[in-house]
Amino acid sequence: MRREIPLLITGIVGIVFIVQYFIPHYPFGRMSDWFSDWFSIVASCAILLGALNLMKMSVLKVISRKGDWIYALITIACFALITVIGLAEGRDFRDTGTGFSWLYDYVYSPLSSTMFAILAFFVASASYRAFRARNFEATLLLLAAFFVMLGRVPVGDVLTGFLPESMQMSHLATWIMNIPNTAGQRAIMIGIALGLVSTSVRIILGIERSYLGGE
Amino acid sequence: MNEPATKHRIPEFIVGAVLLLLAIVAYIGRRADWFPPIVLGTAASVVVIILIAASLAWILIRTIQGHQAERRIVYLYIGIAVTLPLFMSLTQKISISPEVQTLYNGLAALPPGSKVLATFDYDPPSAPELQPMAETFFRYAFHNDLKVIVIGLWPQGPQQANLALNKILAEDEFKQMNLRYGVDYVNLGFQSGNEFVIQRMGSSIRSMFPADIYGTPYDSLPLVRNVRNFSNIDYSFNLSAGYPGTKEWVLVAVDRYGLNLGAGNTAVQVTEMYPYVRSGQIIGILGGMNGAAEFEKITDQIDKGTRFMLSQSFAHMVVIAFIFIGNVAYFTIERKGKR
Repeated sequence: MRREIPLLITGIVGIVFIVQYFIPHYPFGRMSDWFSDWFSIVASCAILLGALNLMKMSVLKVISRKGDWIYALITIACFALITVIGLAEGRDFRDTGTGFSWLYDYVYSPLSSTMFAILAFFVASASYRAFRARNFEATLLLLAAFFVMLGRVPVGDVLTGFLPESMQMSHLATWIMNIPNTAGQRAIMIGIALGLVSTSVRIILGIERSYLGGE
Repeated sequence: MNEPATKHRIPEFIVGAVLLLLAIVAYIGRRADWFPPIVLGTAASVVVIILIAASLAWILIRTIQGHQAERRIVYLYIGIAVTLPLFMSLTQKISISPEVQTLYNGLAALPPGSKVLATFDYDPPSAPELQPMAETFFRYAFHNDLKVIVIGLWPQGPQQANLALNKILAEDEFKQMNLRYGVDYVNLGFQSGNEFVIQRMGSSIRSMFPADIYGTPYDSLPLVRNVRNFSNIDYSFNLSAGYPGTKEWVLVAVDRYGLNLGAGNTAVQVTEMYPYVRSGQIIGILGGMNGAAEFEKITDQIDKGTRFMLSQSFAHMVVIAFIFIGNVAYFTIERKGKR
């Protein structure tokens, strides 16, 4: 039964969602609303579960003094700090001037922005070392990148200002994004969609069971 | 590519500590008014640009001679390219792309009093690109008497909306307008459930957001009291940095419920959205910092997006220069080595 009940739930929910798309009336519309509400409830519980799991793993790492345990300790300290401050400030914890808001604005935001900004350095370094015109395809990619990178910033139009407007960098970049990029993206999207349909049908019919763990 | 070993290398932590110290001194110095704001005039900026270009040419010559630049040189140039333009007074001509023009036309067609759903699906890492779009959107909406309903499918989204709102509402112009929370704008907060939230909002927004971010019941908020589902929303503006985001809004809200959707995306994500823009499912899109700058220009509200574009121009130029130098190294050194 540990396998059959989840399979049954998946099958019923999947079929209801497909049917309600075409027949959005009672009882399918109502059932779809119920399932959507339940999904939100389960997703909310999953957030809590994820946080507790993170704490469990971090505590175990600190106790066993495994490599980089100091980072786990920092994680626990930060988690405890923001949770205590958030709970102590009650329902208005997000308001301007609260401790939670201060931590969000002056600690969390700058730190996470910094982490993301570091990407610019890695992208530049990786481009320098790996973006080579080794063959025809790589050269094509390199040229497209050149036009889009220049066309997406104002300096591109400054450099090609002497050319007719339709041949300036921003127009070339727009053309690349609108025609070759869109064509490629559509092909990828159609491929993914077909794959999703076949996988969904297998899951709804209980053929694909890997999401339950094992097999 | 093997990097040459340096004999006398300064430990990284010393370099980091010095830079950090400089940043702290600069920050405190500005706050305490120890020195005036540093602004490079046009002539000084041109000299700096020429010096940078000359040093890049020197790196190119050294590369041809067989001395490849190591990666920390690239890091240094990117750092310079991003920070120096912040002190320059140069201006750039921002041209409006068709996608941004379409988005603006969609917003401009809304009569005063229209209800606009602003969905904030991003977190602080994407704020440098998306926050200027959010601020410009709020300014435009309040100028044109559009009623804004904020929600977020990312936990940090509504907080980012509040940051933008607090900034806008502190400006003199909007202070005088006496905008009222719950009447002119409202923040309904975050709801977990990704695209299922959108799906449920199609039949009942109240069921997913029974109270706003401050716990005020939905029915007590005059702005949303009569908003039942998407049929009562005139336009939706989505700011997205990933999943769930613009794609999910198109697949569920636009295709299923016919919502009018305009969007602002990070530069890395915007390429995936072009098929939806081309098919008309998204009514215009803002892509990355450039999109933010174009949005500021078309709405005549020059701010961060436009100012930061100079940094982006420099950074793109430096990356292109290093890609070129890397290819020169490939053809002059690596391929010769293979032979």
